[in-house]
Amino acid sequence: MSLLNEEVKGQLKEVFGNMKNEVTIALFVSENNCETCEDTKSYMTDVETLSENIKLEVYDINNDSEKAEELNVDKVPAIVLLDSNKKDNGVKFYGIPAGHEINSFVTGILEVSDAGEELPEAMVNEIKAIDKKVNIKVFVTLACPHCAGAVSKAHKLALMNENITGEMIEAQTFNDLSNKYNVSGVPKIVINEKYELVGNQPIEKFLEEIAKIG
Amino acid sequence: MGLNFDLGFGSSKKFDYEKIYDLIVIGGGPGGLSSALYAKRKGIDVAIISGSIGGQVSDTSSVENYLGIESLSGEGLVKQFKSHVEAYDVPMLDQKKVLEISNDKVKEIKLDSGEIVKAKTVIVATGSLNRKIGVPGEDEFYGKGVTYCAICDGPLFEGLDVIVSGGGNSAVEAAIDLSKIANSVKLVQRSVLRADKVLIDKLESIENVEIFIGHQIKEVKGDKLVSSVIALNKETNEEVEFKTNALFVEIGYVPNSKFVENILELNNKKEIVINEKNETSVEGIYAVGDVTSVPYKQIIIAASEGAKAALSAVDYLNKN
Repeated sequence: MSLLNEEVKGQLKEVFGNMKNEVTIALFVSENNCETCEDTKSYMTDVETLSENIKLEVYDINNDSEKAEELNVDKVPAIVLLDSNKKDNGVKFYGIPAGHEINSFVTGILEVSDAGEELPEAMVNEIKAIDKKVNIKVFVTLACPHCAGAVSKAHKLALMNENITGEMIEAQTFNDLSNKYNVSGVPKIVINEKYELVGNQPIEKFLEEIAKIG
Repeated sequence: MGLNFDLGFGSSKKFDYEKIYDLIVIGGGPGGLSSALYAKRKGIDVAIISGSIGGQVSDTSSVENYLGIESLSGEGLVKQFKSHVEAYDVPMLDQKKVLEISNDKVKEIKLDSGEIVKAKTVIVATGSLNRKIGVPGEDEFYGKGVTYCAICDGPLFEGLDVIVSGGGNSAVEAAIDLSKIANSVKLVQRSVLRADKVLIDKLESIENVEIFIGHQIKEVKGDKLVSSVIALNKETNEEVEFKTNALFVEIGYVPNSKFVENILELNNKKEIVINEKNETSVEGIYAVGDVTSVPYKQIIIAASEGAKAALSAVDYLNKN
């Protein structure tokens, strides 16, 4: 059974019509101990049919461990969006991007296809100048209306600078991780394990936290 | 875990960051959507910038007082509002927050994602934000157990003990919803319950819910995360400490007007002061709905104010 109804499929087709280049969805699943892998796979299989520019590659985290290592994937379900050169730009989703997160997923596809929104030049320069390794984790729940915005900002930063990676993490699927990072409100943004923000913050706030990294 | 798909992407008409719009509507609730509809039908080049399309209506379980619609979920009503506006190809930017509006002839609107949008006229329809209790520990533990979004953060407290603060419909509804997820729910309210009787009856029938009226919250305590809430029993004048993992604050709203406080006149409730034509203290900037000084915050009032503001903006554009 398809998770997406015909109405949503129609809307997605229209949105994906704005894509400029091909995007590959690298999906990692596992046969065991993964409650949402099956649903995520079925959802991604649907998404692939909605645009000629979307290609799906499904990997098993155990059987394809080399690929998992190459893309730095350590849990499932995981989605890495690769650009038209099959390059990993650090745009990642851990957990099924359903509910309100469909919005960050669709934005991610558009951004990786080069159909994203332009930022002002001064901010672009500031982002491009970041020369430290930055990892941004954004914890979300699927019922949270304003979480997707925070995820998209982390992904945008990742796309603009090779040193930055951005990850959506669905808090319930990865309960242990949520406990480890004391996630008691979403979106919770954790930068390099240490710097934390709660709420959908402006890009400036992300940059302020990144500036604190020694 | 809900596997529904709440696609927020608006009409396919792309937002143009280069051009100067005739009118930019800030806010995607009933006031903003109605403004955009009226303006577009008058032939005005209009676009919407919104933090979340539908606004507070999306979080309302059911709407039964909108003329012509006997009963519909908030989300259902938003869907109808949105598709009506989309039929006119109005560009919508969703999930954006406006940081400031410049006080120039051509208004520059700065977004939290970094972009700047330009327009000849602006309608502010940003609604309201959650009200804080204003006690020690509330800000410190925000995101660490203190939360203002039951629908967002409820799932994080599965099997744990939670407190809901408030006595109106939204507090009682939150307590009912949380009782299905949490181990226990305490509803703590400083005065009496103001919620609809049907909701209170339902709440009282739930086993893992306790109701404490006449209890005023004084402090939120904890180490890394919230561990307890101190409340004053106003009858006995004694303080009680409730052990809890979370405090869900549901005590109403304050106008979302901070981003315009430097350029627009606000009243003592921080509402944007408008006249009967929805004009603010700055020429070319209009305001509608819950963010304004107009009394009674209702969906139908916001929608009708939106129509009025759009017509005012059209008048202004025709003259200038």
